[in-house]
Amino acid sequence: MAQIYKPGVKLSSRVCKTQIMVLRIPAVELEIFCGGSPMEVGDPVALKELQGENNGTLVGKRYTDESETMEFLCTRGGEGSISISGYKIGIKAAKKLPSSD
Amino acid sequence: MNIYLILQMAVEAMGEREAVKLNDYSITFSELNNMSKSVASLVKNKEKIGFLSENNLLMPAALFGAAIAGVEFVPLNYRLSKEQLNMQLKRISPAILFTDEDIMVEGIRTIGTNTLTFDDIIEIGYHSDDEAVAVELFTSGTTGEPKSAVLKHKNLMAYILGTVEFMSAEEEESVLLSVPPYHIAGIAAVLSSSYSGRKIVQLPNFSAQAWTELVIQEKITNAFLVPTMLKRIVEQYSEDLSLPSLKNVAYGGGKMPRSVIERAMKLLPNVNFTNAYGLTETSATICMLGPEDHRSAFNSSDILIKRRLSSVGRPIPSIELIIKDDEGKICLSEELGNVWVRGEQVSGEYKGIGSKLDSEGWFPTKDRGFLDNDGYLFIDGRADDIIVRGGENISPGEIEDVVRAHPMVEDVAAVAVKDTEWGEAVGLVIVAKCHINDREIIELIKRKLRSSRVPSIIKYMDELPYNETGKLLRRVIRDNFAD
Repeated sequence: MAQIYKPGVKLSSRVCKTQIMVLRIPAVELEIFCGGSPMEVGDPVALKELQGENNGTLVGKRYTDESETMEFLCTRGGEGSISISGYKIGIKAAKKLPSSD
Repeated sequence: MNIYLILQMAVEAMGEREAVKLNDYSITFSELNNMSKSVASLVKNKEKIGFLSENNLLMPAALFGAAIAGVEFVPLNYRLSKEQLNMQLKRISPAILFTDEDIMVEGIRTIGTNTLTFDDIIEIGYHSDDEAVAVELFTSGTTGEPKSAVLKHKNLMAYILGTVEFMSAEEEESVLLSVPPYHIAGIAAVLSSSYSGRKIVQLPNFSAQAWTELVIQEKITNAFLVPTMLKRIVEQYSEDLSLPSLKNVAYGGGKMPRSVIERAMKLLPNVNFTNAYGLTETSATICMLGPEDHRSAFNSSDILIKRRLSSVGRPIPSIELIIKDDEGKICLSEELGNVWVRGEQVSGEYKGIGSKLDSEGWFPTKDRGFLDNDGYLFIDGRADDIIVRGGENISPGEIEDVVRAHPMVEDVAAVAVKDTEWGEAVGLVIVAKCHINDREIIELIKRKLRSSRVPSIIKYMDELPYNETGKLLRRVIRDNFAD
């Protein structure tokens, strides 16, 4: 079900081990999928079957839409891919700062 | 977001990588995770976790263990007097205290740093309250009573997510950590190294020789140093120092003399130097002068670019920074004023005092500084150290810079001294390489600055009082003049 998400919220996949953390998100109703099934707020639930084409998620990668209106941090990787209707979600290129400590 | 997430992700992606090493002992991220859970399981009734010891393998486990248990991690300064320490312990009671010292304070339960065993690993749920305090740090109190700064999980996570890419370190990378656990840089290092997957090699007792030997022996790639440490290294190895594994050195925690960084760049031409400016209250770094900035400043003949070796660089992308005058008006470039910062990593909150942020979220750092035309920040000193002579504000930094350039001056500090005519006047303490005539110093200041900057008293000392992380203790110098 579409809903408004807040930064800091943890979402779990219903088809694989994937977990993501919302870092930035517009205040509009969204439906966030992983592996073709809507993601669940909080900890993982019983797993269903993977649907559609999936490239998987990678822990530590940041995912964003084309115009970077939202950003998710993958805190646990899995086989499903993240998708949101109306947006194209992909891995955000890393901007590396020099290490400072 | 709880800082324990950092360790969870590290375990998931690189659990068998070495996380921390001290002497011949090392632990992986998985082992660190188990240790952290054991630490968390010790906590009863919301006791805080105090840590009174030099760096050891338990330190990162105590930091993450406190996060799992949802209580504050409070590292304490083991160089404090018994009296000062007991006062701080009373302020954090009730707490578990990891220490090998004899401590008798009500509500403080001591546990030896070598007595823990990690055989029984308990599965333990963890707290994930964004507003919860992760770390409580007593500020160094160079200008007064130490305040207790609180850093929330959300502040520290914002710092890590804003500055570090997950698992960006190669497997063979390691960072030599020689700052103590009670320094913000010591905390930040644990978090950012765990997130980037870089092994921490601990050096509890810094000396230039021990440091260089360990760099060679452990093939260290990265290091963080406070200015005093880098100064000792370049002094001891003035000609010949070969550290082929060393790629990146970050420094911060105090003013870096330009002569020291220039010597270091000559001595170690292949090392990337980064100046990291930050405060305890801002969860470490807020400005950086990166390796490219260092090289272009070092090689430039343009005086405005060259002087950037004395700047602390530009704000990191997740931080906003402005300079305001005492009336709150925004300063133009080159105009000296008060440094204000804003960003999610900025806490600006003290225990028992509350938040120092203004209504729009800006934090007054109490540092004085100015920006150049390209936004590079130059720090002049602490607002509290300003000398007010007959209503005129004099910053110690400008006098010190002029006097330090004298070839016979090793070190110098200017402080406010009581003056019957002006209220305050300039007191100068000089560490001289050989005898200097007061006249010479006075003439130098008159020529380069103006007569109001001329000291009313000049004293000579064998060395200036610095704390162990390289901060000049101006309070001690002021007390010395008052006697």
